Amino acid sequence: MNDSKSPRNFIAGHLRDVPRSGIRDFFELVDTRDDVISLSIGEPDFVSPWHIREASIFALDRGATSYTANLGLIALREAIADYTRRSFGLPYDPAAEVLVTVGVSEALDLAVRAVTEPGDEVLYHEPSYVSYAPLVLFAHGKPVAVSTSPDEDFRLTRERIEPHVTERTKALLLNFPTNPTGGILTRRDVEGLAALAVERDLLVISDEVYSELTYDDERVSIAAMPGMKERTIFLNGFSKAWAMTGFRIGFACAPPPLIEAMMKIHQYSMMCAPVLSQKAAIEAIRHGDADVRHMRSEYRKRRNFMCASLHDMGLPCHVPRGAFYAFPYIGEFGLSAADFALRLLNEEKVACVPGTAFGASGQGFLRCSYATGLDDIKEAMARMAAFVGRLRAAPAT
Amino acid sequence: MDELLQLLKQNALESPANLAKMLGMPEEEVKARIERYEANGVIRGYQAVVNEDQLDLDLVQAVIEVKITPEREGGFDRIAERVGKFDNVDSLFLMSGAYDLLVFVKGDSLQDVATFVNEKLATMDGVLSTVTHFMLKTYKRHGVLMHTARTDERLKVTP
Repeated sequence: MNDSKSPRNFIAGHLRDVPRSGIRDFFELVDTRDDVISLSIGEPDFVSPWHIREASIFALDRGATSYTANLGLIALREAIADYTRRSFGLPYDPAAEVLVTVGVSEALDLAVRAVTEPGDEVLYHEPSYVSYAPLVLFAHGKPVAVSTSPDEDFRLTRERIEPHVTERTKALLLNFPTNPTGGILTRRDVEGLAALAVERDLLVISDEVYSELTYDDERVSIAAMPGMKERTIFLNGFSKAWAMTGFRIGFACAPPPLIEAMMKIHQYSMMCAPVLSQKAAIEAIRHGDADVRHMRSEYRKRRNFMCASLHDMGLPCHVPRGAFYAFPYIGEFGLSAADFALRLLNEEKVACVPGTAFGASGQGFLRCSYATGLDDIKEAMARMAAFVGRLRAAPAT
Repeated sequence: MDELLQLLKQNALESPANLAKMLGMPEEEVKARIERYEANGVIRGYQAVVNEDQLDLDLVQAVIEVKITPEREGGFDRIAERVGKFDNVDSLFLMSGAYDLLVFVKGDSLQDVATFVNEKLATMDGVLSTVTHFMLKTYKRHGVLMHTARTDERLKVTP
């Protein structure tokens, strides 16, 4: 067989070598099973609040079925600008500094593509959300992982990141609160990172999609630090705070030249975010504060319950201060994270994602999502305690 | 509202141990606070939320709008208390607007409710008029939807 005719050979080299997400492999394993309690879902278990769904239905009823402006409906951009001002102290011009995207995922891709040239290095912290390194590779850049540690509550400090900054470093990708660790940044951390960015002339891409789910601390956006607004692409969205994952709606805020550059890619590839999702987002951002408060308070109780249960099992787990994941250390049993997760699935029908799905530094950890009803969390914790008890009684060889 | 009360309103059967974990406080404190709420009357009781439509009950429920004349010194309260003492009355509210009291009543039959209205309520001193609405179906009670089963549409694993 002539190898040059293999379909695989048509695929661009820089894409061929990127492995698919470890989440995907685990999904295929879990999807074949019935009566599994899943703590491996990275989205809210709440349905989008009814008044938000109803706004979208009303818009559909009225015949809102067309394209919108590439940047998004001006009413939504105005509502977003108002939100960033009151929530983060960040004033953006809705006419030129706000871009509505298909989820934060698209905004992230646009941001990375708009600024990365071949060979540019982009720093990101690990364990991290699965998209960061691949998106940099797709943009012909070089992703550089900086590991974070439970000893520092998975925060990112200037001290950790500075040794990795080189002549080629273009940008720093931040995601706090972090999926999968639940880590957040203190004001001091943010100040240190901001000072580094200014000194070394770095762009910061800050994915703050979990910011509304910060439980005990003040929310500090790096974009609000002195000298940072002009070098930060601020990303946020509706999926986590308002339980609107399926609407696929997010946004980017940045200085006009950066938004213009991102808009070019968005315009030629996506045109605009779906109008019905934009209508729903207007309702969420204008009238959805109470929904967010309610869901945050629910997640907080579940977090407390899960952390206390993990603690009772004797599994070390830093207290996640944001997002909806606990990230316990399960390295004491002599099992890899993947083997632990697999045995937990087989023996107790509880699905948790092995930490290695979020980068090599996730070895020894497990991501347990508490975006699941309390009854399921209780049952899953009881099963996990039984599993851990058995492992301790008969250690793996 | 206190988070402990919110949790008990969602599920009064939750164990003090689990409540303590969720609230991040010692179990003893949870127990003490519940006892305090019970003693000072903030917690008046614990009830199941039952979908009565699903049971084959001979139960008739109605909402009655009542106009009354407030009494000198007693105001609305004295009449309201008298109305509220009847076993047929489930809930009772003083309202703003076109009528004064809104009375939720239940009975074993249409006749039972009608008798209560005609003989007890309408004839009471100070009651000017009543308008009775019979309930046909319960869609939602105490924040719980009665006919909707919740399904989880999410994939089992997502990033």
